[in-house]
Amino acid sequence: MVERTPILNILTHLILLTGLIMLLVPLWIVFVASTHDFRTVNTVPMPLWPGNQMIQNYTLAWNQSGFGPKMLNSFIVAIGVTAGKIAIAAISAYSIVYFNYRFRSLFFWMIFVTLMLPLEVRIVPTYAVAANVLRPYQEFLDATGINSLLNLITGVRVSLPQWSMLNSYTGLILPLIATATGTFLYRQFYLTVPDELAEAAKMDGAGPLRFFWDVLLPLSKTNMAALGTIMFVYAWNQYLWPLLVVTDIANYGTAVMQLQRIVPGPLFGEPPRWHIAMAGTLMVMTPPLLVVIFMQRWFVKGLVSTDK
Amino acid sequence: MTGKRVTFSNTWLAALLIAPQLILVFTFFYWPAGEALYWSFTLEPPFGGENQWVGWQNFRTVFEDPLYWNSVRISIIFALSSTALAMGIALILAVFVDRRLPGYQAYRFIYFWPYAVAAPAVGLAFRFIFAPEAGFVSALNQWYPGIWNPARDGADAVVLITLANAWSMVAYNFIFFLAGLQSIPRTLTEAAAMDGSGVVRRMADIQFPLLAPTFFFLVVINLTDSFVNSFGIVDITTGGGPARATDLMVYKIYSDGFKGKDYSLAAAQSLVLMLLVVSLTFIQFKFVERRVHYT
Repeated sequence: MVERTPILNILTHLILLTGLIMLLVPLWIVFVASTHDFRTVNTVPMPLWPGNQMIQNYTLAWNQSGFGPKMLNSFIVAIGVTAGKIAIAAISAYSIVYFNYRFRSLFFWMIFVTLMLPLEVRIVPTYAVAANVLRPYQEFLDATGINSLLNLITGVRVSLPQWSMLNSYTGLILPLIATATGTFLYRQFYLTVPDELAEAAKMDGAGPLRFFWDVLLPLSKTNMAALGTIMFVYAWNQYLWPLLVVTDIANYGTAVMQLQRIVPGPLFGEPPRWHIAMAGTLMVMTPPLLVVIFMQRWFVKGLVSTDK
Repeated sequence: MTGKRVTFSNTWLAALLIAPQLILVFTFFYWPAGEALYWSFTLEPPFGGENQWVGWQNFRTVFEDPLYWNSVRISIIFALSSTALAMGIALILAVFVDRRLPGYQAYRFIYFWPYAVAAPAVGLAFRFIFAPEAGFVSALNQWYPGIWNPARDGADAVVLITLANAWSMVAYNFIFFLAGLQSIPRTLTEAAAMDGSGVVRRMADIQFPLLAPTFFFLVVINLTDSFVNSFGIVDITTGGGPARATDLMVYKIYSDGFKGKDYSLAAAQSLVLMLLVVSLTFIQFKFVERRVHYT
């Protein structure tokens, strides 16, 4: 920047280029492998230049795994998580920041703590809840004695119906929304909004909902794009959770789940059909990659400011 | 400070707005976490009925199991080495991208990409590239038969999942390092240059020390992430094998809980992992002050 350092500049480019190759080579190999036929893909070492079997391989991979409905499911889940997260984050942070009531600090911390434990570490009990969502509430009613009290007064026992979220979009979406990422981001954003705006709105006779809808939401567009990009990638790439929740793979299987089924293994004497497997891999990784590429600015902002 | 000076006073509306989030968090976070606690201290009787209180017995079973310590040992090796690798590479790349030589935008643009690739997809790609009988690394086996086989050799399998994990984490670290570097005032670097310090000297004396908060933040995030999010890679690449050589803690919880149907044992292990993750987060809050400056 300030001095001439020709040797160091060459070195810099060399290092950056090495980094580029390291990061791109796996993607390139996946692409190349997906364009060769069975024999070529299994030669050692594999050619580094694409072959001419691309269309056949992709058609086969697409049809064989039923990627059409699976991609659609992945889109539904990813968009559901994104929209749900933005909506819930925006309103809950609004409640915490713009209203004054006794428990708001408590609520904030209750939500904030969820940042600490990702879904993977509490996977077993979360699965049990998803299998019967109303059970926590039933046990809550029973344990606190509300139920027996009701029974005493009205003679009715409340018994909540069994509601399983397994094999459903709600089961795939809701547990992924139940974290604090977005709420925290929105809270930070609301705190930077000048107080004068709320004052002016109040003076003009706007109620809280009007202020939220007409002033805050339009101001938070950047925030929304950032959070949306991150959540889309996060939801699309979910693997363990869908694997547990979905057993009806034909109807609710997601694209990433399908990867488990296209691993070519030497088990059962299957031929190693890597060309098909790589075609599937590339198809599954493309949508979030495109989102990151096109939304790069928002994506970086979202990542850096949600603190993950 | 949680709130604003200017506030609305409609408490019912406030409650209504925060209710969905609280219900979700209660149902899918606090209840399951509490349930894990309950299960880890109880056992389901073999012939059905209520769980019975067994105190620390589940934990004793877990801690006396050499297989569990095996999985802890591997998880630690895996977490430390993939963190070191991913952060090292990301730091070097970020520092050199920040020199802003012509074309740096192109590098920066592409370095983000691996972040978007799902862990199991990374796993499948690496499984192919490093397959002993096809792909590329297998060429090694032609020169020197049997030197590389992650399906047989446990050490090879650990190397494989570590590389895959490091590859997928470089992008995340790069973004944060770069953001950290860009927040260092240009005037500092320029002043140092005026005083005659070269590029490398400026890196060592200005950029690295000022990156320290970002660095510690990333250490915690990377470790947590390797402990927690490694399921996708392991499941596709090695399936915990060969001979449990890559049986990471998360993977063991999954196989004990869902394949072995032993909720109590899985819950006790979950609890240990939760404590680990929480203490890492706590260290971050307590000792590493959040002075990461964002762009």
